[in-house]
Amino acid sequence: MALTAHDRGSQENGAGLQPGTLWSRPFAAVGKAVIAWIDNLGASAIFFILALIKIFRYDQLSKGMQQLYYIGARSTAIIILVGLFTGMVLGLQSYYALVKFGAQGAVGTLVALSLVRELGPVLTAIMITARAGSAITAEVGILRISEQIDALHTMRIDPLAYLISPRITASIIGFPVLTAVFDLVGIMGGYISGVLLLGVNAGTYFHRVQASLEMKDITEGFIKALVFSVIVSSVCCFHGYFAHMRTDSHGAKAVGLSTTSAVVTSCVLILVADYVVTSLLI
Amino acid sequence: MDTPLIEFRDVTKRFGAITILERINLKIYEGQITTIIGLSGGGKTVLLKHMIGLLKPDTGTILFRGEPIAKMKKAQADASLARMSFMFQDNALFDSMTVRENIALPLKETTNLKKAEIDKQVMARIEQTELVDAAEKFPSELSGGMQKRAALARALVTDPQIILFDEPTAGQDPVRKNAILSMIAQSQRKFGFTAVLVSHEIPDVYFISNRILALYNREIVFQGTPEELENFDHPFKDEVLHSMEGLQEELSGLHSKRQFKVLYHSQMKHRARGETYTVAVFSLDSLESIIAILGHEAAQEAIRSMGSYIDKHFGAIGGFSTRHHTNEFVTVLPYSELDEARDILKEFIEDFREHGIRDIWAGASRRAAPGECAEFTVLAGLAQGQPIADIDAVIASAESQLKEISRMQCPAGG
Repeated sequence: MALTAHDRGSQENGAGLQPGTLWSRPFAAVGKAVIAWIDNLGASAIFFILALIKIFRYDQLSKGMQQLYYIGARSTAIIILVGLFTGMVLGLQSYYALVKFGAQGAVGTLVALSLVRELGPVLTAIMITARAGSAITAEVGILRISEQIDALHTMRIDPLAYLISPRITASIIGFPVLTAVFDLVGIMGGYISGVLLLGVNAGTYFHRVQASLEMKDITEGFIKALVFSVIVSSVCCFHGYFAHMRTDSHGAKAVGLSTTSAVVTSCVLILVADYVVTSLLI
Repeated sequence: MDTPLIEFRDVTKRFGAITILERINLKIYEGQITTIIGLSGGGKTVLLKHMIGLLKPDTGTILFRGEPIAKMKKAQADASLARMSFMFQDNALFDSMTVRENIALPLKETTNLKKAEIDKQVMARIEQTELVDAAEKFPSELSGGMQKRAALARALVTDPQIILFDEPTAGQDPVRKNAILSMIAQSQRKFGFTAVLVSHEIPDVYFISNRILALYNREIVFQGTPEELENFDHPFKDEVLHSMEGLQEELSGLHSKRQFKVLYHSQMKHRARGETYTVAVFSLDSLESIIAILGHEAAQEAIRSMGSYIDKHFGAIGGFSTRHHTNEFVTVLPYSELDEARDILKEFIEDFREHGIRDIWAGASRRAAPGECAEFTVLAGLAQGQPIADIDAVIASAESQLKEISRMQCPAGG
């Protein structure tokens, strides 16, 4: 791997250790990691913008639909499963918390608000990251290390337009739709545990759901889903696309590490962005 | 000479602190096969990637038909680069697509052709590269040689003027290596493109190359014909060429051209003026039609069998042989006069008709599709030489005497 100017500087300076170097090393390491992280963040933002511009090309529709099938449609089953059990757990927990105050009728409110505002967008994004995001990084990474992306260049096919833009389109469409599915199924999960298993009145449950949810909550949930779709698609595509640039490994190992990095970074950024968006919209 | 199609002027490329190419100057001419040779990791692929625009030089200029690419308008530069195709060392076929889809990809993505027209052009390339049965298979289901053919078909489908081949024979057995080189040469003649190869396959690559470029210590140290390379006096020759070439040719097991010349000079050095020797030339006729009927691999296996047979027969009586052209072998009988050589050749012909030609057919049929039948004709010619004579002139004289010595059509014939 090529040495950067920074590395060369380190080699030149490393010959004579200065007093205090030992103390400053941890700070230098942290600083270097932060700079690298910010550098990557900037690069992935540019990467995302370049790919985003290309989603409006005429030939993107069919490719976007194909990716929507892989990223969206094929994630539906896992989203339904996770949404159902999340709603059921929420119903269960909220019932036993509220019953102490004789307020078990508010189970519907708690389930609906938790799901639509927070858990729906966050858990949907994390599940798509685990299922489709990792696959995107691995697939694009393998295309990179086996020179298939270089082959696209040599055939005058724009790799960003061919590989990345359709995945971004699919994410932008797929995340909000799957979040809606998650919310809906989660509310039904809350109904199963709260109403069918624990005896909360069905009319009360649905009345509370309807009464407590405002359009603002739904909009907030969709805004989060959109933000997460941008984060997950750009981070996962970026890590795969530049898998060959890793300095810590090469080949298949680099793809493996890139996939891990993409999933971890996406999940962390989802939670950070969740806080930021919530604090801005609340 | 004409304006070069591609020219590098003082091109330097560094990756960080490491210099890969330093002040590279080279010329690639239109309609030729140019081969870049050099040690592994010496920057040959980097050089090739500069030609197609995958890498940009740090300093220096790359010219296309005399015009610097860096100074061209984007549309003009794109149009220049669009005339090129690149065949990767590991083929870079899309493994989730069938062979047909892989070949169709550049047409589908970069042209406005209708599906029917794309299908027609793709099928034509599939047929030309003998991949009809593999069209609906995925790359992982194909042999190495078939994958190469699929990559070649994809490279050819846009009718490029220039094809760059990065180690096209890497990882192949000797017969397949020569089959691939033969396929490149045949395609180049058929379609007339300019080919630039990176290869280690010396001397096999000499048979198909018009020009050789030698990359050594980050610089181009030689540009010229394979024949001129023979007389090139440079450390490259000892350090690189000899180590690549080995003592025997990989395909036929005969002496390499260089070893053949060394043997010839050492044998003739102590010969008195007036003493004579004989050169025999053997040629497998109609190679093109054999390739067309049986395929490249079967044709190369036939050549390999023929070379082994000649070497075994004449080696036993003090002769030494080499492959002179793709389908031609030369044997020197250092102590035989022409009359004696005629008797030796007569014995060889009898033996060859009895066993040799059958060996060639048996070798070829192992690599050919069952039921395919081609005619094999072997020619031979003799010429007498003297130690002071130029060996190439004696070989040319023997070539002019070529006559049919054996013919066979399928196992039952003779």
